[in-house]
Amino acid sequence: MTGREPVVAREPQGPPREVDATLFTYLLRHADDNLVLAQRLGEWISSGPELEEDIALTNVGIDFLGQARAIYTYAASVEGEGRTEDDLAMLRPEREFTNCLLVEQPNGDFAQTMARQLFFDAYQLSLWEALSRSDDVTLAGIAAKALKEARYHFRHSSMWVVRLGDGTEESHRRMQDGVDAMWRFTAELLTGDAVDAVMVDMGIGVAPATLAAPWRERIDEVFAAATLRVPEDPYQRMGGRTGFHTEHLGHLLSELQWMQRTYPGLEW
Amino acid sequence: MDAAHLPGSGVVIVGETSTTSPEIAAVRAVLEQVVDPEIPVLTIDDIGILRGVEFEGATVVVTITPTYSGCPAMDLIRDEVTAALGAAGYDAVEIRTVFSPAWTTDWMSPHAKRKLSEFGIAPPQPAGAERTPVLCPRCSATTTHIVSEFGSTACKALLVCDACGEPFDYFKEI
Repeated sequence: MTGREPVVAREPQGPPREVDATLFTYLLRHADDNLVLAQRLGEWISSGPELEEDIALTNVGIDFLGQARAIYTYAASVEGEGRTEDDLAMLRPEREFTNCLLVEQPNGDFAQTMARQLFFDAYQLSLWEALSRSDDVTLAGIAAKALKEARYHFRHSSMWVVRLGDGTEESHRRMQDGVDAMWRFTAELLTGDAVDAVMVDMGIGVAPATLAAPWRERIDEVFAAATLRVPEDPYQRMGGRTGFHTEHLGHLLSELQWMQRTYPGLEW
Repeated sequence: MDAAHLPGSGVVIVGETSTTSPEIAAVRAVLEQVVDPEIPVLTIDDIGILRGVEFEGATVVVTITPTYSGCPAMDLIRDEVTAALGAAGYDAVEIRTVFSPAWTTDWMSPHAKRKLSEFGIAPPQPAGAERTPVLCPRCSATTTHIVSEFGSTACKALLVCDACGEPFDYFKEI
């Protein structure tokens, strides 16, 4: 509007340029997690098990979308190539998405959606708490806000998992099936790689392994109340952080990105 | 919190500004007309969305913060701030969105909470504390129960009064 340079420059003690590529990668992972899960929750609109829950899933979804926008916007400024949040969300192919596999899994029935949600909400509680103490003040600001929202998300998903798990024979069976189907995608949330290591060294990121104990404690507590058991099958799938996805992400992106792919640059 | 900014995005992450002058008071008076589109009894100042007003040269810089990260009303609020200031003769307006410090319902004044209650929305309790029984805004009964943590908007929960049977929104503490 005024054409002037921003009054406040990027964070004064910010990282030097050489770590920007790694920071960009790191930010995209978290933004992609949130965008993909927001899209999945949006699929429930008009199909929720009851009106209140339809609205709840949508509200949780827009929290994720808002958080994703803030992180993409920051990522775009770190990259410095002139891309925008929209370019990053709408114009990257599947192999460049680095969300965890858990969030791209289909909704299944409501119990499967809640199992996915519980595992992810419990993870984000610890993630945002840690990142709110990041030396990167921009990321810390986004995380501090997201943490407040994550508390409501976890309260919501854990309440449903307990209600369904400790409900009728039918609801218990479905809840356990949902847990069994989603469990194999949980280790990825809690496993770090070289990108995480660089971010930890820089004081920017958190080592995913340090989130494992509080995550498991939360899950065990909910499972106990819900009379659910931890699956015995040790098999775990990973690959999302390096762009190797399950067959589901491509279909999700084709719906998410269809408009911009078909009519490039289209605006409302 | 140190000052920080997302260049080229309009998203700024800074602390609050607290400059006061007759010029700024005049701008603030104009902004008193700008209400939250989803809760029209509250102004954006009442609710704590308005974080700062300052002049940079001839440009009015208005700083706002979203209630929730994904609040869909932010674009409309930006438009309405620009329109209200434009109608009052301020043509050079810049609106900045800040995420930090993160918005809290504790920024809502007692006056604002009273208006909220009169409008039929139970006002937020102190953030960070254990929630005590929410009073029904219609009959003031303390016997109410929660139906959903997520009501008509992200910032509200849906409750029902056990005494008068009325469903109502509760502005969640955060």
